[in-house]
Amino acid sequence: MKIDARNHNYTELNKIIRESTEEKFELDHVLGERYLGAGTSGKELIIEGTPGNALGAYLNGSKIIVHGNAQDAIGDTMNDGAIIVHGNCGDTTGYAMRSGEIYVQGNAGYRVGIHMKSYEDLYPIIVIGGKVGDFLGEYQAGGIIIVFGIGAEDCPVGSFCGTGMHGGEMFIRSETAPQGLPKQVCCNEATDEEKQSIRHYAERFVKHFGGNVDELLQSKFWKLTPNSKSPYKQLYVNN
Amino acid sequence: MNPLFEVIRDPDRCIKCRVCERQCANEVHKYDPDLDKMISDPMTCVDCQRCVCLCPTHALKIRPNENQFRENANWSHQTMDEIYKQADSGGVLLSAMGNPKDYPVYWDKILLNASQVTNPPIDPLREPMETKTFLGKKSQKITYDENGKAHYEKTPYLELDVPIMFSAMSFGSISKNAHESLARAATELGTYYNTGEGGLHEDFYKYGKNTICQVASGRFGVFKGYLDAGAAIEIKMGQGAKPGIGGHLPGMKINDEISKTRMIPKGTDAISPAPHHDIYSIEDLRQLVFSLKEATNWEKPVIVKIAAVHNVAAIASGVARSGADIIAIDGFRGGTGAAPTRIRDNVGIPIELALASVDARLRDEGIRNDVSVVVGGSCRSAADVVKAIALGADAVYIATAALLALGCHLCRSCNTGKCNWGIATQRADLVKRLNPEIGYQRLVNLVTAWDHEIKEIMGGMGINSIEALRGNRLMLRGVGLTQKELDILGIQHAGE
Repeated sequence: MKIDARNHNYTELNKIIRESTEEKFELDHVLGERYLGAGTSGKELIIEGTPGNALGAYLNGSKIIVHGNAQDAIGDTMNDGAIIVHGNCGDTTGYAMRSGEIYVQGNAGYRVGIHMKSYEDLYPIIVIGGKVGDFLGEYQAGGIIIVFGIGAEDCPVGSFCGTGMHGGEMFIRSETAPQGLPKQVCCNEATDEEKQSIRHYAERFVKHFGGNVDELLQSKFWKLTPNSKSPYKQLYVNN
Repeated sequence: MNPLFEVIRDPDRCIKCRVCERQCANEVHKYDPDLDKMISDPMTCVDCQRCVCLCPTHALKIRPNENQFRENANWSHQTMDEIYKQADSGGVLLSAMGNPKDYPVYWDKILLNASQVTNPPIDPLREPMETKTFLGKKSQKITYDENGKAHYEKTPYLELDVPIMFSAMSFGSISKNAHESLARAATELGTYYNTGEGGLHEDFYKYGKNTICQVASGRFGVFKGYLDAGAAIEIKMGQGAKPGIGGHLPGMKINDEISKTRMIPKGTDAISPAPHHDIYSIEDLRQLVFSLKEATNWEKPVIVKIAAVHNVAAIASGVARSGADIIAIDGFRGGTGAAPTRIRDNVGIPIELALASVDARLRDEGIRNDVSVVVGGSCRSAADVVKAIALGADAVYIATAALLALGCHLCRSCNTGKCNWGIATQRADLVKRLNPEIGYQRLVNLVTAWDHEIKEIMGGMGINSIEALRGNRLMLRGVGLTQKELDILGIQHAGE
């Protein structure tokens, strides 16, 4: 179904998507409409323009493709599905997402992948093509965050990366290691074997946005994991 | 360190049946075969009264340790003990349940009115008396069509048969049997219980019509099915016992069922950060409120829960404008499964003052009917409920009172996970001590009794509905309060 978003507000758009028996929707002239596809499953949204905040919040299996930039909080508390952004996206991308995949061709804002977590066979993936802002993977509890830093001149992550991290992995493609990591994060150069573990996601990234997987994986990657030797546990005494 | 309590055993009564030994998860009691007698080590006793209650011959009593440090008005025994504990461990003091300190309880300084002569009381046993109440936005604009039929904006609401709900306690902080008791009681009473931030156990989806599903910063167990399951969604911004502090369920407490319900791996820490990191403004809050409404097809009212802090009136005004249908305010005496002692005992303000100022502020700004106000944080009796409603609340949340009904004796040791009453524990042998069949009935009894008392009190005032009591501060008078306190509460002094 083709929908001209200029004629509808976000509630109407979501209602059409939710209530239609059709599965595929092409939304044209999207300009800041929030919460598109929130909580849906089994749908495919192809968005032309710039969707507003909380795109695909609580997404439960739908696929959302954005031809343009996305704003803040895409995939908030996402449970399953895929969001593919042919452009940049804003802050708190994938907040507390539990499963599914987010691919962003360009840059992303602050607090990407904050509190993302995994559970049994639910395993979330965020892949950012360009650079990200501060607090990448804050409170990360599971899943994988990959930052390719394509076109970046220096390390493509901001400050305070991995603050509060207690699970999952991050892979950062960069000649130099991220600076100013908290002591609860371990940072090592990824081995070839470890790099192969993300090959599947690199292939998908290339399939969405073009490029060469081998070239990407030839570069130096830094793998960040929680340092279990220095947990966040504050010592408590029962009173 | 001295033990806090003494275990007194009457040797003439003790029959060495060893019930106390089996009942005490803190391992205070022990049978000594050489001496052929029961002995006890009071060091780990928390005064939960389990052994006292179950001793078949009433041979036991627990009392405060009479051994005292040299008297000192400035350095109390407890203050000194806390210093010793921290010097021993280097740890942050951790406590449970509500603030036990001697701060003013304003409920106890407010008296209720009754009718005499000119405005006759109503007998609730004989005349209809309405304690049903509705929570949600109350539309102010009514239009009539040519047939005289009224039209107004309909927004989702909660319908309560009694103005009392069970407030948020997560599965994790309390046991599955405790949750089941609350869920079944809420269903039978026509009210609601609250999942807390630990998700909803799969066995309890069937109580969804009477469930409020909470969403907190950690988003544990939050997914579409969970949001759809309940009657309302509550966004937890804060908690009265620990405003500004997040939650941390240690990995050792994350067993199979809790892991499944929270949707996090077994044995890993469940960290709920203090802030929602995507909320820095009322506009951001509005975004979360609206995203939840969109995701649930605008079918469910959204509650925003905040702790009662200094600027609560301004914050509540913002929340009312965020699109929330209901504001829940949690006072500084609210309970907790674990909170740093210093936070619990020193942060926040009394719910009575917070409620009065929020209600006044929302009225002043003409937005009181845009939201309902629910208060919690130590409503201990039907009288407290009536006073809360007269101060402006639409309904109250109770939790400590509900736990007491389930057997809690307020030993304030929930954080140890060794609750002998099967409430604040995940140990299977302890959990099974709380029979949900009995537990739910006791909760139903408690709330039914309060409901009768509310009707009795309202009848005495000549009021026959919650609607007519709400915000009716003329029914309240203060005793022993300063003019400032009376002004904040918006009530007159007794005798005026």
